[in-house]
Amino acid sequence: MGIEARNVVKRFGSFTAVDDVSLNVTSGNLTALLGPSGGGKSTLLRIIAGLESPDGGRILIDGVDSTGLPPQRRGVGFVFQHYAAFKHLSVYRNVAFGLEIRRRPKAEIRKRVHELLELVHLEQFADRLPSQLSGGQRQRMALARALAVEPKVLLLDEPFGALDAKVRKELRDWLRRLHDEVHVTTLFVTHDQEEALEVSDELVVINNGRIEQIGSPNDLYDKPANEFVMGFLGPVTQLGGRLVRPHDIEVLLTAEPGTIEATVQRVQRVGFEVRVDFATPASAAVTTVQLTRGQADSLGIRDGLRIWLRAAPNASTIVAAPSLAKTL
Amino acid sequence: MADAGADAAVKHPRRQRRLGLEPSRPTRYGLRFVALLYVGLLVLLPLGTVLWRTFENGVGPVWEAINQPDVWHAFRLTALVAILSVIINTIFGVGMALLLVRTRFPGRQALDFLLDLPLSVSPIVVGLALILVYGKNGWFGGALGDAGIQVIFATPGMVLATVFVSLPLVLREVMPVLREVGIEQEQAAQSLGASALQRFRRITLPTIKWAVAYGLVLSLARSLGEFGAVKVVSGNLLNRTQTATLVVEQKYQDFEQPAAYAIAFVLVFVAIIAIVIISIIRPKEDR
Repeated sequence: MGIEARNVVKRFGSFTAVDDVSLNVTSGNLTALLGPSGGGKSTLLRIIAGLESPDGGRILIDGVDSTGLPPQRRGVGFVFQHYAAFKHLSVYRNVAFGLEIRRRPKAEIRKRVHELLELVHLEQFADRLPSQLSGGQRQRMALARALAVEPKVLLLDEPFGALDAKVRKELRDWLRRLHDEVHVTTLFVTHDQEEALEVSDELVVINNGRIEQIGSPNDLYDKPANEFVMGFLGPVTQLGGRLVRPHDIEVLLTAEPGTIEATVQRVQRVGFEVRVDFATPASAAVTTVQLTRGQADSLGIRDGLRIWLRAAPNASTIVAAPSLAKTL
Repeated sequence: MADAGADAAVKHPRRQRRLGLEPSRPTRYGLRFVALLYVGLLVLLPLGTVLWRTFENGVGPVWEAINQPDVWHAFRLTALVAILSVIINTIFGVGMALLLVRTRFPGRQALDFLLDLPLSVSPIVVGLALILVYGKNGWFGGALGDAGIQVIFATPGMVLATVFVSLPLVLREVMPVLREVGIEQEQAAQSLGASALQRFRRITLPTIKWAVAYGLVLSLARSLGEFGAVKVVSGNLLNRTQTATLVVEQKYQDFEQPAAYAIAFVLVFVAIIAIVIISIIRPKEDR
């Protein structure tokens, strides 16, 4: 059940956008497709919606082979980055669109649209035109419109990409709460790792048209399969030939087993945290460590200080060589 | 929630001052004067003169000049030819605009280029070309004549000529609008279950309706005023294939100037009415 993609391939000329991707989206989950721009995640989403046709492979939605079905018969709700609001229709008519197409009775449509407008907090804007709404409101309208037809799955293509940072954060929290209420299988595309980590039940990291790793946000953050996933999900630094997160490094004033000698090169305070760059005599690489202000003060961190570093006991580290990236 | 800035998000472009880009006062008045002079000498003065000449001796003689069987026949024929041409050009224009904007096929650019040709080719040439193809000794003329269809020196030929000269008017109004709105609204409608026909009726058509209306008015004006091509293919037969513009010419040459001015006035009047109606019913927020 849910969404299944089997060996999906899509090429644009000589460029392979989606390269033999197989994916299972669990029914009822909120799953994020995360990856850099041009990595193939939007193309995969559009193939699932039927807006692009794959060059190979199959798409199953709720167990039904939908590969050859046109979008209007797949039972998917699609939300676009730039809202795709019907500009000539009021908010009410936008949300009612799918129900009017299905020729539902007027009374039923009215009831359902008002329920949905309430759900997305737009009930007082029913008679406005989309041009009279803010970006965040338009996107919530688009979501209500997609949900109105009770789709089997909801697909969102960079839904918050066109919004400013503050609204994006609000909508992200709101989407999570909405999903907890509505429970429709949802797949959303984003290039923002914070968004993906915060909102999703399951994360699919895509790069160069291929899936790098699938798992829960915590799994992927704590046990990244390779250098790419580790680097994409959060900050990474080097320590003794291994990649490690800057907040997973212990700073000691005395040498102990397993520590690496280093000197403070640069101290930078950013709000509540302190970033310290260390030069290690053993290698040319600079190690960046993230400390709290309290830690930095009690250690007496200052330029030129000699110090010893080691990875924290339960830190996830991987060998800093691309050829060995798959071994953890 | 995010609603706080909702009203601020509704923009008021008129209130924004384009500092630094605003021309100085003398430049502004100078430009206005040139524009008014230009429009005045080219448009207002000649049309005003027609109006003045028409009503020089009051409304009575005008009515008398128009209320002639041959003039009524010409008006009816003009209306028929214009309406048929506008209908054909609207259907063709919208369809062709969709084809050119929404699809990619070999030869698309060549087709795009060809569609502007009717505007640049002289109407006389169009008329002659139609005779060469559809006339008695033309390519299709013989076969059509055997089937009992007369094209040249009859209404079909005149419609053909009028369609030809106003061919790109609807198309060229609709294409930029289609290009600007893109395809996402239709894809959204499609994912909501709308079939191709439903998408066209509920999304595409409302989106392009003002462009279509403008193209329609332009086509109508062009069709009412067509002279050269129609003159060649119609044979200019009194009470049979003579349209209003042809009557104007004939009356003028027959020293019936008042009648010529009166008919000319009616043609101008209809064109102005069409444009006024469009600007009244068009919603304010557009452009």
